[in-house]
Amino acid sequence: MTHWQPSATVETLEIRAKLLANIRQFFAERKVLEVETPQLAQHSVTDPHLASFRTEYVGPGHAQGLSLYLQTSPEFSMKRLLCAGSGCIYQICKAYRNEESGRYHNPEFSMLEWYRVGFDHQQLMQEVADLLQVILHCKLPTYLSYQQTFIQYLGIDPLSCSLDELKDVASQQGFRDIAQQENNPDTLLQLLFSHCIEPQIGQEVPIFVFDFPATQAALARISPSDCRVAERFEVYFKGIELANGFHELADADEQQRRFQQDNQRRQQMGLPVITPDNYLLEALRSGLPDCAGVALGIDRLVMLASSNNNISNVQAFTIHSA
Amino acid sequence: MANYSTNEFKAGLKIMLDGEPCNILENELVKPGKGQAFNRVRIRKLISGKVLEKTFKSGESVESADVMDTELDYLYTDGEFWHFMNSESFEQIAADKAAVGENVKWLVENDSCTVTLWNGAPIAITPPNFVELEIVETDPGLKGDTAGTGGKPATLSTGAVVRVPLFIQTGEVVKVDTRNGEYTGRAQK
Repeated sequence: MTHWQPSATVETLEIRAKLLANIRQFFAERKVLEVETPQLAQHSVTDPHLASFRTEYVGPGHAQGLSLYLQTSPEFSMKRLLCAGSGCIYQICKAYRNEESGRYHNPEFSMLEWYRVGFDHQQLMQEVADLLQVILHCKLPTYLSYQQTFIQYLGIDPLSCSLDELKDVASQQGFRDIAQQENNPDTLLQLLFSHCIEPQIGQEVPIFVFDFPATQAALARISPSDCRVAERFEVYFKGIELANGFHELADADEQQRRFQQDNQRRQQMGLPVITPDNYLLEALRSGLPDCAGVALGIDRLVMLASSNNNISNVQAFTIHSA
Repeated sequence: MANYSTNEFKAGLKIMLDGEPCNILENELVKPGKGQAFNRVRIRKLISGKVLEKTFKSGESVESADVMDTELDYLYTDGEFWHFMNSESFEQIAADKAAVGENVKWLVENDSCTVTLWNGAPIAITPPNFVELEIVETDPGLKGDTAGTGGKPATLSTGAVVRVPLFIQTGEVVKVDTRNGEYTGRAQK
């Protein structure tokens, strides 16, 4: 028997619809422009830990076919709009990530992404906190640096410890098999953060963890006051990773170097090389206004708003019945 | 031996860990938005019976375990081995004490049991959910006391001890749930 019914209740879908309406109202009041950008594009992210879906356009102009990627986030297109003078913008859209399915993941999910011209990551954290209070009616969040988080919960300084010290901590925490073989400090930090820290933080109120290691900068600026960290933050609430934000990297040459570094790592990992997005690089060369941006998982927000502990309970249909 | 990638992980998959066949009970993807994905699994070791949590880097591969469940009839024990037979092929298999374990007390001749084989050798026996066994010893219940709450212990023919109502007497055959060791009623005759 085919189970055709939705995996979310109508009641939850109503909560979801109301939440989306509230988000739109929040940005309308702040005069942030809603935009839509392509979900199918010729380029994709180079991040070695993100796998894109790939498809092919065949039609006028491309009789032989044109490879297109379903976007893992609308970041590149939105930055091109910022470079073109859009001012502050937000988008609510679907994002697609291959290889991700589980309690908190579905390969197709909804994302809220917004950019604030003239904001740095500190100011944007404040606005994310405002949004969470409006949507979830939660209390004021707490703030802790990535470095302090590790010192407080695992007694290790992630910015100055050696690889061997990291391996020792990972072994003590029960990950001996991984620790013995892993020589990438960031992988060990991510293992410890996701397994030992994330379940403990932000249980009562949301927590902002900021100043991630420069080696995990993604598309954030390196801090001018401490080159060991990047101006990047994440938000966690009740064991759920909710949002990731940057004081956005505007330097085109630095962006190009990061694309190259990612692709070198991809080659080492045996993953396909992704052609860097020249539209983005050219746009950055013409000038990205000083801005901060953040992406927030809407499905996870609905999970928190409706007290559901599985993403399938907040999406009408997940990959298992799509 | 075949390997499974972490993408194939799901409940019921049999893998090798520390040289012991294991059954995956639960598999959870742990993936930060930016960074390495992991599979956190709950695993039952099939020989020791231990349940533990284990994390793998996503994309790793793990050796599969050649484990299969078969339905076999319990025949008899010679004191050292417990003998089972496939009722269609009449093929017989002997399980040792380690494989039979605690479940020795629920083995009833001719009952069909689930025998878990690893590389063809039995490593675990699962008795039927319900078995019928004769009481060989229990205190005579006090006459008229039918409202007793706790019941009384009764020793069954296999040595198992279960709590039965006070009115149940030595020599009666009772039905027991092997999953929790509880009396469920008199056997239907």
